[in-house]
Amino acid sequence: MAVKTATGAPAELPRGSAPAKKGFRAWLNKRLPVDEFVSTQLTGYYAPKNFNIWYFFGSLAMVVLVLQLVTGIFLTMFYKPGEATSFDSVEFIMREVNYGWLIRYLHSTGASAFFIVVYLHMFRAFLYGSYRAPRELLWLVGMAVYLALMAEAFMGYVLPWGNMSFWGAQVIVNLFGTIPGIGPGLVEWIRGDYGIADATLNRFFSLHVVALPLALLLLVLLHLVALRQTGSNNPDGIEIKARLGADGKPLDGIPFHPYYTVKDVVGIGVFFVLFAIVVFFVPTLGGLFLEAPNFDPANPLSTPAEISPVWYFTPYYAILRAVPNQRFGALLMLLAVVSFLFVPWLDRSPVKSMRYRGWISRTALALFVIAFIVLGFLGKRPPEGLYVVLARIFTVVYFAFFWLMPFYTRIDRVKPVPERVVYHAH
Amino acid sequence: MRTDARRRRRGAALTAALLLAALAGAGASAAKEESAEQPKEGADWQSWHVNNDAADLASVQRGARNFVSHCLGCHSLKYERWSRLGADLNIPPTLLQQALLPPGDKATEYIQTSMPAADAADWFGKTPPDLSLMARARGPDYLYQMLKTFYVDPTRQTGANNLRLPTIAMPDVLSPLAGLKRAVFRDEINAAGAHEQVFDHFEQLAPGSMSAAEYDGFVRDTVNFLDYVSEPTQTARRALGVWVVLFLLAFTWLAWLVKREYWKDVH
Repeated sequence: MAVKTATGAPAELPRGSAPAKKGFRAWLNKRLPVDEFVSTQLTGYYAPKNFNIWYFFGSLAMVVLVLQLVTGIFLTMFYKPGEATSFDSVEFIMREVNYGWLIRYLHSTGASAFFIVVYLHMFRAFLYGSYRAPRELLWLVGMAVYLALMAEAFMGYVLPWGNMSFWGAQVIVNLFGTIPGIGPGLVEWIRGDYGIADATLNRFFSLHVVALPLALLLLVLLHLVALRQTGSNNPDGIEIKARLGADGKPLDGIPFHPYYTVKDVVGIGVFFVLFAIVVFFVPTLGGLFLEAPNFDPANPLSTPAEISPVWYFTPYYAILRAVPNQRFGALLMLLAVVSFLFVPWLDRSPVKSMRYRGWISRTALALFVIAFIVLGFLGKRPPEGLYVVLARIFTVVYFAFFWLMPFYTRIDRVKPVPERVVYHAH
Repeated sequence: MRTDARRRRRGAALTAALLLAALAGAGASAAKEESAEQPKEGADWQSWHVNNDAADLASVQRGARNFVSHCLGCHSLKYERWSRLGADLNIPPTLLQQALLPPGDKATEYIQTSMPAADAADWFGKTPPDLSLMARARGPDYLYQMLKTFYVDPTRQTGANNLRLPTIAMPDVLSPLAGLKRAVFRDEINAAGAHEQVFDHFEQLAPGSMSAAEYDGFVRDTVNFLDYVSEPTQTARRALGVWVVLFLLAFTWLAWLVKREYWKDVH
């Protein structure tokens, strides 16, 4: 019997699913379900055929994670945590370790690239309602990945023990001191000292290279398992599993392998071209990826002119500084991150995808993106004059996007959703 | 022998500092007799750019020579080895030994000043900073502007002040080359309504051994050298990058061809 795919093209049986009766394959598969895994997770896993450019960033995040792990392993071979050794060992890597500069730039650029692809990945979810039922847990696990990534990046930033590492850690760790009652004791417990010191640096190293990477890997695995359970959303926000062909496969689906593996490789290629341009030609990206004050060693007696975190935290930092009261500012900053968790339940639109939503939802998302970018810019500016006014306005816009969502998504006029995905063959 | 050399150099540095202070005082009194008829020299100092190129080997070599003869007395490059400098700058080991290495230092050692840090802190109020990463921490333009905006200021202990880094602890050690300048300030009312002294222009008090253009070249080479030292791998980085990007472009093109072939089936 000739097997036909959903697309009508004759399906070549993927090699992985051919039953092996004898030889090493059979021996192996009796003991380890390799072929079964390949067929259920890759060749037999059906993804919507209408993925667009926004669907590259999930696999890119995986690629960057691997890149960070591998470069991190090599950096750990030469990096020496400690007040007296950290800064010197990083310069040793940059100057005397063979291709140490390359490993370090890959890692430092990788940190920023991680956030770029994760932010674009999250934007995709907003664009097509990927967080909506039945993918609420997928979204929540993804947010847990994001939180773990923030902790990982923050601690990694402290390790070179430059002056911005030191003062950045000072500012961020002190935020925990605003918690009523337990605050001051908690800060001391986190630091392991009365100030940011050797003990802090060493525990951050331990968390950065062992605890958080393990947590990240586990969470990413959960994220993928949850994705396999529900299947991917798509730009039309239609459940492809609702329309199955005679073969029981989704009519609008195609096997992940080979179709999306070969497509993702193209995305990975484009990504690495851009990535390599940064690594080899502008590794500091004008102080955005590696900040100039961090080429001064940590100095508790000399505060940098402006303390600001790396760009990926600056939107939250601007929200923190928009509030005159430090405790309330810290609370608002926490809320800014936590708000993402509620989105699956805040969004009451009858449709998922922005393609079929009305102007209100579209405007709200556009304003949110603008607010996020402007706040990111303001986080790098001194908190004075017009900057404070702008930070306050866009903080309101930021929160309005989330907490007015139940209202504006309900009154928004939506278009009818097609029954099948929209796909134009190339 | 080594300690002798150290002591000698320490003595020399101290003498130089004292001499400069005296010279600066003399310059300041001479300034009163000069009239300010020159064009507004240095008025635009904040927009000066060094536009250096760390791949310009001859310039970096001259900068290394400048550094050894004018900076190393007080400043170290503690992350750079002499041998690395020789290899990167194409300086043969014998020449490195003869022309650059301080007596008693080995080529495999890091570039360290012989001025004891504690004494330096006594003499200048702070230990002269290590310059290995200064070009990355402050930027080459900062160094360029700093080295070109020293001026005579009798109120300072060293007799010198600086526009880029006001109340600088460093004496104007390059004045024998650049000559001595006086800074002319004008009175302005600032936004808060208070009087403020704003820099207007420089007046040359005494010529140095170099012309203005020669000194500018001297500073550019020196800053270029410091830029190289701040990231010795930068030329190798850019050279490798070209090939990596070309490879990735070719790879991506092939990957796209493969993708297109597979996706022909999808309708």
